[in-house]
Amino acid sequence: MIIIGSGEAGGCAAVALREAGWAGPITLFGEERHGPYERPPLSKELLTDTEPPRTRTSAEAKRFAELGVILRPNTRVAEISPERKLIRLQSGGSVPYENLLLATGARARLLKVPGSEYALTLRSFEDAWALRHLLGAGGHAIIVGGGFIGLELAASAVKLGGRVTLLESRERLLARAVPSALAERIRLEHARRGVLFHFGTALSRIERRAVILDNGERISGDVVVCGVGAEPETALARKAGLRIDNGIVTDDRLRTSDPSIYACGDCAASIHPQFSDKPMRFESWQVAREQGALAGRNMAGADERQSIVPWFWSEQYDLHLQIAGLPDLGETMVERILTDETQLQFHLDHGGRLVGAAALGKLSDLARDMRVAQMLIARNATPDPAALAATGRRLKTLLAA
Amino acid sequence: MEERWIDACALDDIEEEDVIGFEHGGQAYALYRTLDDRYFCTDGLCTHEKVHLCDGLVMDTIIECPKHNGRFDFTSGKAKGAPACIDLKTYETEIRDGRVFIKAD
Ligand SMILES: Cc1cc2nc3c(=O)[nH]c(=O)nc-3n(C[C@H](O)[C@H](O)[C@H](O)COP(=O)(O)OP(=O)(O)OC[C@H]3O[C@@H](n4cnc5c(N)ncnc54)[C@H](O)[C@@H]3O)c2cc1C
Ligand code: FES
Repeated sequence: MIIIGSGEAGGCAAVALREAGWAGPITLFGEERHGPYERPPLSKELLTDTEPPRTRTSAEAKRFAELGVILRPNTRVAEISPERKLIRLQSGGSVPYENLLLATGARARLLKVPGSEYALTLRSFEDAWALRHLLGAGGHAIIVGGGFIGLELAASAVKLGGRVTLLESRERLLARAVPSALAERIRLEHARRGVLFHFGTALSRIERRAVILDNGERISGDVVVCGVGAEPETALARKAGLRIDNGIVTDDRLRTSDPSIYACGDCAASIHPQFSDKPMRFESWQVAREQGALAGRNMAGADERQSIVPWFWSEQYDLHLQIAGLPDLGETMVERILTDETQLQFHLDHGGRLVGAAALGKLSDLARDMRVAQMLIARNATPDPAALAATGRRLKTLLAA
Repeated sequence: MEERWIDACALDDIEEEDVIGFEHGGQAYALYRTLDDRYFCTDGLCTHEKVHLCDGLVMDTIIECPKHNGRFDFTSGKAKGAPACIDLKTYETEIRDGRVFIKAD
């Protein structure tokens, strides 16, 4: 069994393959010089902690030796040959496989404007290392993109004593993933901390220390960072003739259009039967982990359908955000006011089924209820809206119903 | 050895199948009550990142970390689900006169 990409998903898959009973060789190829490590701290603690940054090894990677998983870092896979069932390495040489897993993740998107190479991006430990130096100098950071990475970077830069100007092409923050009321609260918190926002802006050019807007306005600073989303890493799959549609397309078993090749994590657009019959792609740590484990089990012969409820979190200053399921699919919203600072939204579809939940505020106020919400979503529950809103009643009691 | 036992809380301070936090001598503990009224105690902080477990959800004898859903069996302290892979330290508990005592180090 071969796994391409030794990130979060690849590492989980390797361990799951072994635990599901596969006794043969498992080899994990990764082009980074590190084995699987946690990316979420890269935009958070890793930038702001006073101690020198280290990669935080993923839990699974610590078990590779014990489980006999072979890790090949610094090894880029150049090509897959599905007919001959082998992969070719960039360094030369080829390796045969029985089943193959693509866990190639995503890479930071670049803006298609002149000078975009001047903007830094954040995906890897090395990227974070460079940013830490530049933001740590406490100057003026110009951040392009009001998504999670851009906002977490802004919070980290402010924490380091810097000034931030953030440019967003749309009229609001986090347009893709977060209900507007919560996104607005996040904006207010950043504004209160001194972040300057420009909405509805388009860039015409980027320079080393400045951006030029399409209306000619020039904004100068000390560093330009781009956080305009991630693109699924599909090059190998495309060359191999696999189906691609905003990610490597898989069925509900995470199998691609070639039955011996699976895909999972940020690179995969997979069928979540509970939510849609169209492939969906997520950029979530939890999804990457669970899909990795599922792909591993299925490669070992489990034939299990995907039943993962997506889950995502973000931290900015003292604000904690968690999202479970797909709030977007909801038609009605029920609010549960947990405390003055913490609110939780339940999103129900037209049949009253809970399809998503989103909470913003203090972790200690929201975590339990969000976890219950995730379990209710997993069960296709149709909870009584009044019970969802009733703060006096433990949400957990709904699980017994 | 008697002095190592600390009076942590009243039996009813913890709801059934739930957890509370408790601090003593600068150390955080988490105290659990099961559905069948057994009481357990572990270190108060998750072994992944130092997050207070008392804000997490108890299901049966499992505590789930509030931050990334790392799971531990609080009766043994065993890590049951990544990202947490280091076990939690556990402490003995004893019930006396309607109160929960824990045996600290
Ligand atoms: C800065 C940052 C902050 C984040 N914060 C959060 C957060 O707070 N909450 C959350 O839920 N999610 C967060 N995420 C998202 C989360 O980290 C990802 O969803 C997760 O890492 C995806 O795992 P993956 O294994 O699919 O991909 P990756 O972790 O990207 O791993 C893919 C690996 O494949 C390798 N690879 C690609 N092509 C090849 C090839 N041809 N040959 C060999 N190797 C190859 C890559 O080098 C990479 O190491 C964050 C991501 C980033 C970048
Ligand atoms: S902090 Fe507990 S699982 Fe990460």
